Amino acid sequence: MGRYFAIRIARALLTIILVVTFAFVVLRLSGDPSLMILGPEAPPEVLAAFRKAWGLDDPIWMQYVDYFGAIAKGELGRSMRDGRPAIQLVLERIPATLALTLPAFAFKVALGIPAGIYAALNRGSAIDRAVMITAVAGFTVPSFVLALLLVLVFAVQLGWLPSGGQEGWRHAILPIATLGLGGAAVLARFTRSAMLEVLGQPYIRTASAKGVPWRKVVTSHALPNAAIPTVTVLGFMVGTLIAGAVVVESVFAWPGVGRLLVVAVANRDLAVVQCILLLVALTMVTSNLIVDFLYGFLDPRLRAKGAHA
Amino acid sequence: MSPLVSIEGLSVAFNGVPVLHGVDLSLRKGEAIGLVGESGSGKSVTWLAALGLLPRHARVSGSVRLDGREILSAPAATLDQVRGGRVAMIFQDPASALNPVLTIRKQLCEALALHRDLSGDALKVEARRLLDLVGIPDAARRLSAYPHEFSGGQVQRIMIAMALAGNPDLLVADEPTTALDATIQAQILDLLSQIRREMGMAMVLISHDLGVVAENCDRVAVMYAGRIVEEAPATALFDDPWHPYAQGLIGALPPLDGPRRRLTAIPGTVPDPSKMPAGCAFAPRCTVASEQCGVGAPSLAPLGDARAVACIRAEASRRALLGIAAE
Repeated sequence: MGRYFAIRIARALLTIILVVTFAFVVLRLSGDPSLMILGPEAPPEVLAAFRKAWGLDDPIWMQYVDYFGAIAKGELGRSMRDGRPAIQLVLERIPATLALTLPAFAFKVALGIPAGIYAALNRGSAIDRAVMITAVAGFTVPSFVLALLLVLVFAVQLGWLPSGGQEGWRHAILPIATLGLGGAAVLARFTRSAMLEVLGQPYIRTASAKGVPWRKVVTSHALPNAAIPTVTVLGFMVGTLIAGAVVVESVFAWPGVGRLLVVAVANRDLAVVQCILLLVALTMVTSNLIVDFLYGFLDPRLRAKGAHA
Repeated sequence: MSPLVSIEGLSVAFNGVPVLHGVDLSLRKGEAIGLVGESGSGKSVTWLAALGLLPRHARVSGSVRLDGREILSAPAATLDQVRGGRVAMIFQDPASALNPVLTIRKQLCEALALHRDLSGDALKVEARRLLDLVGIPDAARRLSAYPHEFSGGQVQRIMIAMALAGNPDLLVADEPTTALDATIQAQILDLLSQIRREMGMAMVLISHDLGVVAENCDRVAVMYAGRIVEEAPATALFDDPWHPYAQGLIGALPPLDGPRRRLTAIPGTVPDPSKMPAGCAFAPRCTVASEQCGVGAPSLAPLGDARAVACIRAEASRRALLGIAAE
């Protein structure tokens, strides 16, 4: 068991290093931050001074070494725009993002999982078909289209809700609905297929054959087995809590991490972008580790394998 | 003596395609019946249908009575009492027949709690006794293990223990040894016979293996394409099968003694349920089929002592032989 997790943690660290390296290289090859921040009309000597100050004239490998050296000391760099520590800028935005993604996550779980279970138990019924059509629509429609649609209906036509900004809870409803509906659709489809797979297993028939009432067959025999694949999707959704709202935050002018990322990329504010990506990689990797741990908890077969690995 | 279970005109259709065409079968208390036939002949479907274990899209009709009480259209609560409590069933593939995420104790105690007035420590004691009974060594410790920690033969033993939990009057064993090694097969069959004798339980042994059935059953019903085509005491069937299909099955078995002979094979394959021939379903493969065989499906006609056959040719020749006038 210990080794099972040691290997997974080592793999997680490697993933983070790869993500950060990739971001580092791509950002530095994709444009000159001095031009972006100071503008193309800035005098050459000002640009040169800027580049020198931020170490942008150094060879890329030297910048890379410096960057990792700083990370080792716990420094994630400063924003080139206002000189404040990048981590501080990012941390300031996290509550706003979580204010959208956490309720959206709860919404996905509360709607998607029961809908999927219900559809599976009533396979082929009108309700099953309705759930599935909604689910397919829910995850094929891009979130910005759904967002604009919701704005059109609830903000423009009906005038019930604001179309953007962050003044109060009413402003959060449409962004949360946009995030939640798409996620609920994915979860519903996934839960349904996991349940159908499990319901077709011989051990379900065994349970019925020994006289277990159907309701209990579902709750104590089918659900614990269907939970195993569903946890994978949930883990992925937890991984997107920090940066899963980039599009939605942009559409609704919501000042979260996603918007910060869009602005920072446009400005080539290197330290800020890198800081966000590092954070995203960390949450993804952590949620994957939690999923691995949960697998061991939910599935005794994996627990055994882990013990021997 | 009134039969324990009597099945009459049991028919099943999946999505409008009939797979079981009016099966009649009855079973006395303590009796062991073998159900043989190729896969797809309806052996398992007969009992899954009788116990209401088929998927919802299956159309089931006919009558299944347990001690004279109709159970086919019985409410779910009644069926839950019957299943496991009066009639238990074990299945072919032990590897997937137990829930992989629950311990053996949980699965065994669940069955005990449902059908016996036991709780707390009494449950655990009884669970341990059942595991001992089916020959799982170190039962006390093994109760907290999960299904994947047992071999196929052991899981089948656990399945049997679970089936016995409700003290059933009938155990339906659906190909209980097909997925197991030959040596383990014999052990499981011995265990089943021994338990059956001790508990006075009736048994239906579903198998495609004639030898297994011959050794363990009093009576045998041969199924073909969703119908029982011959029913006879086990020894009578093996000595002198009447139905051409049963003759074919037994002709395909190598004789243990006597001169060596060429094994005969039945030509062709079982017809697809959706393309069933008119008349006798076996006629296209039958060496003695006549024109008349294509006209109507023969019904199972009782002939002589405890035998019945569904074949107009066999029926005619037996009647001539036995001197019974045609009805």
